[in-house]
Amino acid sequence: MLGVLLLAFSVVSVASAELCKPDAQNAFKVRLSIKTALGDNAYAWDANEEYLFKAMIAFTMRRYSSKSTTQISNVLLCNVTDRVSFWFVVTDSSKNTTTVPGSEVEAAIRMNRNRINSAFLLSDKTLQFLKISTTLSPPVEPSTPVWLIVFGVVLSLIVAGIVFLVVSGIQQRKKKNKESTERENLEEKGEVTITIENGIPCETLDLKAGHVNGVFAADDERFTSL
Amino acid sequence: MEKARPLWDNPLQFVFACISYAVGLGNVWRFPYLCQMYGGGGFLIPYIIMLIVEGMPLLYLELAVGQRMRKGSIGAWKIISPYLCGVGVASVVVSFFLSMYYNVINAWAFWYLFHSFQDPLPWATCPLNSNRTGYEEECEKTSSTQYFWYRQTLNISPSLETSGTVQWEQALCLILAWLVVYLCILRGTASTGKVVYVTASLPYCVLIIYLIRGLTLHGAVNGLIYMFTPKLEQLSNPKTWISAATQIFFSLGLGFGSLIAFASYNDPSNNCERHAIIVSLINSTTSIFASIVTFSIYGFKATFNYESCINKVILLLMNTFDLEEGSLTADNLSEMKDYLMAAHPQEYAQLSPQLKNCSLEAELDTAVQGTGLAFIVYSEAIKNMEVSQLYSVLYFAMLLMLGIGSMLGNTAAILTPLTDSKAITSRFSKEVISGFVCFINCIIGLIFTMEAGNYWFDIFNDYAATLSLLLIVLVETIAVCYIYGLRRFEKDLQTMIGRKLNWYWKAMWAFASPLLIISLFIFYLSDYILTGTLQYQAWDGTQGQLVTRDYPSYALAVIGLLVASSTMCIPLGALLTFIRKRLKRERVSTVA
Repeated sequence: MLGVLLLAFSVVSVASAELCKPDAQNAFKVRLSIKTALGDNAYAWDANEEYLFKAMIAFTMRRYSSKSTTQISNVLLCNVTDRVSFWFVVTDSSKNTTTVPGSEVEAAIRMNRNRINSAFLLSDKTLQFLKISTTLSPPVEPSTPVWLIVFGVVLSLIVAGIVFLVVSGIQQRKKKNKESTERENLEEKGEVTITIENGIPCETLDLKAGHVNGVFAADDERFTSL
Repeated sequence: MEKARPLWDNPLQFVFACISYAVGLGNVWRFPYLCQMYGGGGFLIPYIIMLIVEGMPLLYLELAVGQRMRKGSIGAWKIISPYLCGVGVASVVVSFFLSMYYNVINAWAFWYLFHSFQDPLPWATCPLNSNRTGYEEECEKTSSTQYFWYRQTLNISPSLETSGTVQWEQALCLILAWLVVYLCILRGTASTGKVVYVTASLPYCVLIIYLIRGLTLHGAVNGLIYMFTPKLEQLSNPKTWISAATQIFFSLGLGFGSLIAFASYNDPSNNCERHAIIVSLINSTTSIFASIVTFSIYGFKATFNYESCINKVILLLMNTFDLEEGSLTADNLSEMKDYLMAAHPQEYAQLSPQLKNCSLEAELDTAVQGTGLAFIVYSEAIKNMEVSQLYSVLYFAMLLMLGIGSMLGNTAAILTPLTDSKAITSRFSKEVISGFVCFINCIIGLIFTMEAGNYWFDIFNDYAATLSLLLIVLVETIAVCYIYGLRRFEKDLQTMIGRKLNWYWKAMWAFASPLLIISLFIFYLSDYILTGTLQYQAWDGTQGQLVTRDYPSYALAVIGLLVASSTMCIPLGALLTFIRKRLKRERVSTVA
């Protein structure tokens, strides 16, 4: 009786060793970076954590295929290293000797990735299933790009400033024109004294039309030295 | 009484305007590069010597001419000698070219500023590719900051020949930049005088904040040590001295006519000698200050990249050999590598092409200048800081202030001669003339928002102003010293300032500065001739890096046109005046 049991046990373990080994068919390599993710709060990877992992994978398979037959014992782990990386494989619950196709396992894990990650307090980067590529979440994009909003605000401020300055400039010029016409009226009445040079009012003299006379321009002998 | 020339409200506005104009983007993105290339702390020696020999005298000359003649560049040189009206026109043409392409930088600064209000910053991560399995291919090959600059900002084409279309986002930012400039120059000195208070002082506030932040960053010290260790052997390299002279020359903005324009709005008794010394000292001090900030940022970025590189190597080794986490650190990495090479030689050999040799010196050695420094390197450093949005907003606001301050000077150089001319002011008001100039510049500037626009920008940046300015300033110095007469000018200054002119200025104006400019000019000409075909850096999206290409023939034609159109003004102006005088003399003689 004992001999039969031992034989069965050894057959099973040999079978499982056959099923779960590096690069086996339908086997996946998992890599955890617990210290990177958690720093001082990192937990040690021991048999209990492995049990949790098996439970999560069994749960995942159950959720995916919705036939609640996958047991924790169907998930086989092997080649656990110090890195914390290992291979696992899921055996078919009905026949212990075959493994569930890799595509099914992959799809199941993809569907429940969040749950698996949060069970171990890790993320997609720190709990890696090496053959399963992650779908990266797109960045949140608001309906109007933010930069257009800021651009619109600044643009309206600037345009308002320009309009204000231009309008006030026009108003000032109108006021000045009105003032100068008033002054002309006063001049006609002869009430304003005008500076006159040689009988010509200075304001009408176009000084710019004259030429700078080089002889006098630089001659400072008229100035007494200080 | 002629209509009073508008004046600055007080001398401080004038000083601020000059500082705002002179302290520009070149202080931030060119001086640190030169410092790094030409001997670190040792570069300060030729820099200060050139400042004293070349910068201060020429700055004083331009300010004095403007203040004395009380006219823009065209009018001022016409007074000095009627044959020199071409010099003024050349200044205006060069300023026109400059304002065409310079405002595009402000457009880019606006673009980055508006994008800084996002969390995370858009250049912090690569965008995802279409089926969301990974990142964009181009972004993977290069870095996310370079991708953001070359693809999402510029959308650059692979070469100059493929022009592509106008990028509407950049066009919008350019129009906004021109509207801002128009708002500032609308009322002439009344509005400019108030704006320069902000544009001159805000960059310093931001630089101080960045200095404090930069010095407290991890790894900043590496950058500072690297920069300031003087490599005195570079002093024997003639390129060092030439670069110092060139940097002082272009940094002060001589020859554009902006300084003459600003000084023409001065009270005639203003002490422009003191202001010239103050402005040139502040300009150089700002350059050195900005390079301290830049190098602490460099050090931070280099250390960050170095540590990331080391971490990547550690991760790779850990994953391949299934080692325990934490067993490989930066300290024991080399020993562990040797051990692994001995223990598992085959696997290690397979891995070795991926194992990069991380070197801090190599990271620090990447010397960058220009738009690459301002928009790529800095944004890369900013994305790694905490509260990156705040620092990003501050930094790009500072770039904007620096750029707009310089634009005010450029547009003043164009507008002052226009508003001096009675023919134009009698028909159009100041607002209309300014608006027209801004509008024309904006329309032409749309070229730089096309996909190949950055290549045209580089053409303008490298060739529009360099040779022409040297020639213009040379003619200016010779004109004042030998045509107008140094003694006459001295008397004018004495009347204005009330003090006798120091012999130092006379010696510099008459001998040292012209000789220096002539030697710079000869050097540049020989450099262009010896280089043969001119080349440019084009961005290759498939490789994710810059490649060198030759300019096509029409680009070379444009370069030739740029240089010729401004330099030819000088002899043409003299020729036209000569012909006009001969015709008048003939007419007078026939009448008599």
